[in-house]
Amino acid sequence: MKTLNIILKGFLLFIIINLLFALLQPGIGHLSAYNTIFPGRERLPFGENSAKAYNLSLFDLDAMFASHEISGDPKQADEFRVILIGDSSVWGTLLKPEETLAGQLNSANISVCGKNVRVYNLGYPTISLTKDVLLLSRGMEYQPDLVIWMTTLEAFPQEKQVASPLVANNEESLLRLASRSGLRVDPNDPAFSRDSFWGSTIIGKQRSLADVFRLQIYGVMWDATGIDQIYPTDYQKAQTDFDTDQKFHEFEPPAMDENLLAFNALETGMSIAGDTPVVIVNEPMLISAGKNSDIRYNFFYPRWAYDQYRAMMIEQSQKNNWVYVDLWDAVPANEFTNSAIHLTPTGEAQLAEKLAPVITAACK
Amino acid sequence: MTIIQILIVATAALFWGLVMRERGRKYFLLIASVLVIFWLQPALPLRGFDFWIPIATLIITVFSWYITAKEETRREKKNWIVIAILAGTVLLLNLTRYLPFDSILTPSRPPQPLTLMLVLAFSGIIYLLVTRLTRFNATLLAISIIGLIAIFLAIKIPALAYWVSYGIRSLTHQSLAEAKAIDLRWLGFSYVAFRIIHTLRDRQMGRLPAVDLSEYVTYVIFFPAFTAGPIDRIERFIKDLRKPSTLGNDELLIAGQRFMVGLFKKFVVADALALIALNDTNALQVRTAGWMWILLYAYAFQIYFDFSGYTDIALGISKFLGIQLPENFSAPYQKPNLTQFWNNWHMTLTQWFRAYFFNPVTRWLRSWNKPMPMVVMIALTQIATMLLIGFWHGVTWNFALWGLWHGIGLFVHNRWNDMTKVRAGEWANTPLRKSLINVSGIVITFNFVALGWIFFALSSTSASMQVFLKLFGMR
Repeated sequence: MKTLNIILKGFLLFIIINLLFALLQPGIGHLSAYNTIFPGRERLPFGENSAKAYNLSLFDLDAMFASHEISGDPKQADEFRVILIGDSSVWGTLLKPEETLAGQLNSANISVCGKNVRVYNLGYPTISLTKDVLLLSRGMEYQPDLVIWMTTLEAFPQEKQVASPLVANNEESLLRLASRSGLRVDPNDPAFSRDSFWGSTIIGKQRSLADVFRLQIYGVMWDATGIDQIYPTDYQKAQTDFDTDQKFHEFEPPAMDENLLAFNALETGMSIAGDTPVVIVNEPMLISAGKNSDIRYNFFYPRWAYDQYRAMMIEQSQKNNWVYVDLWDAVPANEFTNSAIHLTPTGEAQLAEKLAPVITAACK
Repeated sequence: MTIIQILIVATAALFWGLVMRERGRKYFLLIASVLVIFWLQPALPLRGFDFWIPIATLIITVFSWYITAKEETRREKKNWIVIAILAGTVLLLNLTRYLPFDSILTPSRPPQPLTLMLVLAFSGIIYLLVTRLTRFNATLLAISIIGLIAIFLAIKIPALAYWVSYGIRSLTHQSLAEAKAIDLRWLGFSYVAFRIIHTLRDRQMGRLPAVDLSEYVTYVIFFPAFTAGPIDRIERFIKDLRKPSTLGNDELLIAGQRFMVGLFKKFVVADALALIALNDTNALQVRTAGWMWILLYAYAFQIYFDFSGYTDIALGISKFLGIQLPENFSAPYQKPNLTQFWNNWHMTLTQWFRAYFFNPVTRWLRSWNKPMPMVVMIALTQIATMLLIGFWHGVTWNFALWGLWHGIGLFVHNRWNDMTKVRAGEWANTPLRKSLINVSGIVITFNFVALGWIFFALSSTSASMQVFLKLFGMR
């Protein structure tokens, strides 16, 4: 009888705790060992081999930002705060934190209006403007003085917008953002990963809770080693020979339909930034000189589509009064690593040199 | 074992303990143990070997029983029933190759039944020949022990394991270029070998109780303790096996609690610590001595929670079935000296080595006409014992260094204790001083053990030395 009582009481308690958790949805992600016990990470958590990278991909935005150094540094009076958003090229695939664009800009010791420029890397490795908007909306909570939004055509197709796992797993945040900002999102998009009531219990959320927990534990290794991704000594270089394929996603020559590109996301981002100046940068890409490079610039883009995109960007910027910098060819082909948008440390330094005057110009 | 495998095994044990109780318990334990050794055996690149290795475990066990059993026990007809059950279970497992889905109980598709029948028939003929042509004698026992040690060395010495794999591959026409030492991962062999050697030695000494084949096989491959011990003694094990199983409320509570604690230790604490515990990769990446110490401590606690967690799980599951396995850990990191640490860390292994190596060797050395000085004898036996314990984990330089580290540590403690016992006793005449000695002993012992884990955690001697230098700020 005693045993049965214990088992029943334990089971009841377990059910009650689960139900309370599902009802109250406590923001576990806010609890973080980063910026207190361990230093904040210099970029958002992302990693496909956590045991070696001491980093992992998770979708809890609270936990992601709580682990970032931006959450630990109160803005100083003499700080000119810049946030960088964008894809893996901003996050810095294959680059150590100090080699990324943010790292290079910080080491350049730039001053703006008598203030010291401090650049925060809020890039995240998937290409989608909607993902950028989601991160920008969070980033705005940290009072930036300037937003630099690095982007490329691959981030524009509508089909790419919710495909980013970070977006797909943050349906609620995104729909809330969409309802107050005018961001165009299909709430019935099958890519969204929805939680049922039971999925909101501790049992249902065990995976994401475990991820938050593991992220905290990896704080030890982050502090102990300074490593937050795997740096292979050997990797496959970005492709430079191509087939004669003219297609770009669903688009075929001669023209891309502007309505099927997510310019709305750019507009939404600009409105979220409000009075904070935003510089949209068309990020550098590999211009290959291999087989069929007269048809394709690189793995991502046929020439016709990319040329049209650049023209569209100029037109949209002029129409909307956006500050737009086109750096598409700013870095030579030999400074790209494993993708047409990933740069070497030297490539990042060259890009930082080009961007430094853009930041300086932000003083009005 | 994965958590799913553990939960399945525990559910089966709990069901038998609660519902079936005494009915067919002996046969359930036998058949379940046989199934589990096939189920847990990892898949091997050598074709069919993940099936042949459990078969070999069973054949070795049956032969060992024959060698150790008394004449009258051997003649009992019920042993033939057990042989039929073993053969039948193996054949049924083999026939799962014809199921339209992937096998659940074997890591890969079992081999052709004809091959299995030939192997079983061949083993049967050998068995009959041995039973008809030989009588119990000490030579046979000695040969058996040597045979087990030879297999142990063949799978534990990487270079030897590689050549064995190479040989098997060339005999079975498999890619020679793919030969690797880990091709021969024989799950549970270390424990199986130690249990069998214990019975062989006890038979030599004439103190082995009479056990039938079913009891013997169940003892050797008892499924809750198959992969991670503890190493029980057969006379204690069969006492529980022969006793009616009474899983009352109190036993259920104790067993359940033990099982849950084990799961928590292993899958929450140890697995979390594993993320930051010292290993070959992070040993070269850590930037400061302070962090190196933290990673080393994380390893020390990870290995403790992992191993003692598995022991708790084994003890909990076996208690569901009415078997009380011996304890393996008793707060080892809270012990004030290395001798006490080893009396409380992997206790059943230490006891095994004490019974079958340390004590006999010490007796033998003492029996010399001109015995060596006591100090030399202590040093020799302690270092040799710890070296063997190191080799039990794997025959590599690092395990040898780990054994040497502890052997020397035990010897130094023994001498220190001899020299300071009286003075320390006089000085520690207040509770505060006693506590001071105790706490400082715990701190020193824990750190000594933790430093020894460097050899255990890393695979190369040079990396171990680098870690030592880093820990003390010399790199």
